[in-house]
Amino acid sequence: MEVGMHTDSKSRAETGAESGPRGPGCSLRHFACEQNLLSRPDGSASFMQGDTSVLVGVYGPAEVKVSKEIFNKATLEVILRPKIGLPGVAEKSREQLIRNTCEAVVLGALHPRTSITVVLQVISDAGSLLACCLNAACMALVDAGVPMRALFCGVTCALDADGTLVLDPTAKQEKEARAVLTFALDSVERKLLMSTTKGLYSDAELQQCLAAAQTASQHVFRFYRESLQRRYSKS
Amino acid sequence: MAAGFKTVEPLEYYRRFLKENCRPDGRELGEFRTTTVNIGSISTADGSALVKLGNTTVICGVKAEFAAPPTDAPDKGYVVPNVDLPPLCSSKFRSGPPGEEAQVASQFIADVIENSQIIQKEDLCISPGKLAWVLYCDLICLDYDGNILDACTFALLAALKNVQLPEVTINEETALAEVNLKKKNYLNIRTHPVATSFAVFDDTLLIVDPTGEEEHLATGTLTIVMDEEGKLCCLHKPGGSGLTGAKLQDCMSRAVTRHKEVKKLMDEVIKSMKPK
Repeated sequence: MEVGMHTDSKSRAETGAESGPRGPGCSLRHFACEQNLLSRPDGSASFMQGDTSVLVGVYGPAEVKVSKEIFNKATLEVILRPKIGLPGVAEKSREQLIRNTCEAVVLGALHPRTSITVVLQVISDAGSLLACCLNAACMALVDAGVPMRALFCGVTCALDADGTLVLDPTAKQEKEARAVLTFALDSVERKLLMSTTKGLYSDAELQQCLAAAQTASQHVFRFYRESLQRRYSKS
Repeated sequence: MAAGFKTVEPLEYYRRFLKENCRPDGRELGEFRTTTVNIGSISTADGSALVKLGNTTVICGVKAEFAAPPTDAPDKGYVVPNVDLPPLCSSKFRSGPPGEEAQVASQFIADVIENSQIIQKEDLCISPGKLAWVLYCDLICLDYDGNILDACTFALLAALKNVQLPEVTINEETALAEVNLKKKNYLNIRTHPVATSFAVFDDTLLIVDPTGEEEHLATGTLTIVMDEEGKLCCLHKPGGSGLTGAKLQDCMSRAVTRHKEVKKLMDEVIKSMKPK
């Protein structure tokens, strides 16, 4: 019974509203999310933004090595594997960003001396990779049932040479942009959880990008809500 | 008695100070530790600098070598940074391959160099497609007391300002490079990126230049790298508590003041150095 329900509860959710060619300005690419697609991890999710796709598996709360255990909260580990090649210094840096973002929202105090491992595999990279990783990680943590104080989402903004803002840029737009900013925002108050930037930009442009990202995050959170509603309404 | 309280409840101990708007070492919330810089101390390196931010000590040595330029950019040289956090500086690091913090710091410095365009890579090219300079920038932490990123950025900037590259000519007949060690030129440093780090406490308070203990108790960190025109090269916030746009604005203004302080200090030191 339990096993049957488990394999049948794979659910696909897609946005209808955001498909089609993008105008110059604030619109996101087509989203798609699939949860519970892997059998071994406690939670898994695959998140697609346009052609960028990331697959995430979450194991936890599980046993932790004595050397890594923290007496009053869960130890979060993040492993990011690139599509080709061995993980390098850039992957380590991204792992730290994703880990610290997850630590800010996961209620680690409810599971002391345990470990929660988030493993991300890049399936395809067509721009906005870090934002896609964050979204996939959030969906996988929800699928695993890890207690969290808020959901989080990743949004990427690109500023091109004349200062126009493009949300969720493709790989080509990122390469030609003057600056690329990636933000992680929480769902409760839209506060800035994580930020990493590339290129030169002014203070005013930063505030502009942050405001645009906060508006865009509403779409992402609405998508999370719809996909979860669809999933639980079936069973 | 205070020492006992500090061991048992470090966070509460700290909050008592924060309530009075100061910190255990007597600093205000927006005050930096005493910054000292020593340029050109390593004679075997092409450029070097030692920066002390309170107790945090970072030394940067720059060595220049020849290399073939990359095939997809035949008119560019390389700048290769590496941050090393040896077991010497703190008990939390073990010997062996670089740990996560060292790798993240190396990536951060590489991003700062790339984003701020501190050196135009075309300036490092000697002969397009054949020969270019590669600058190996090694940053080693000698004493870890928090705020490693600010110290590394400052050390890198000071060391690059100190680098002198000899003139190289390609001999037409033998196609070999001839190095003239008597004629040396300073690098063309285009911008001066300065990093300012903050720690977030209890999701609301922001303090500048955290020490090692403060970093451990903090719920989040934020590093802003600014150049002299007020443009941001890097806004590095690796997770932690959320921040509103208004709080970010306060951090920006503090970063602007810090930039002026650091630039003044560096200009004084460079002016006071005797020419080689």
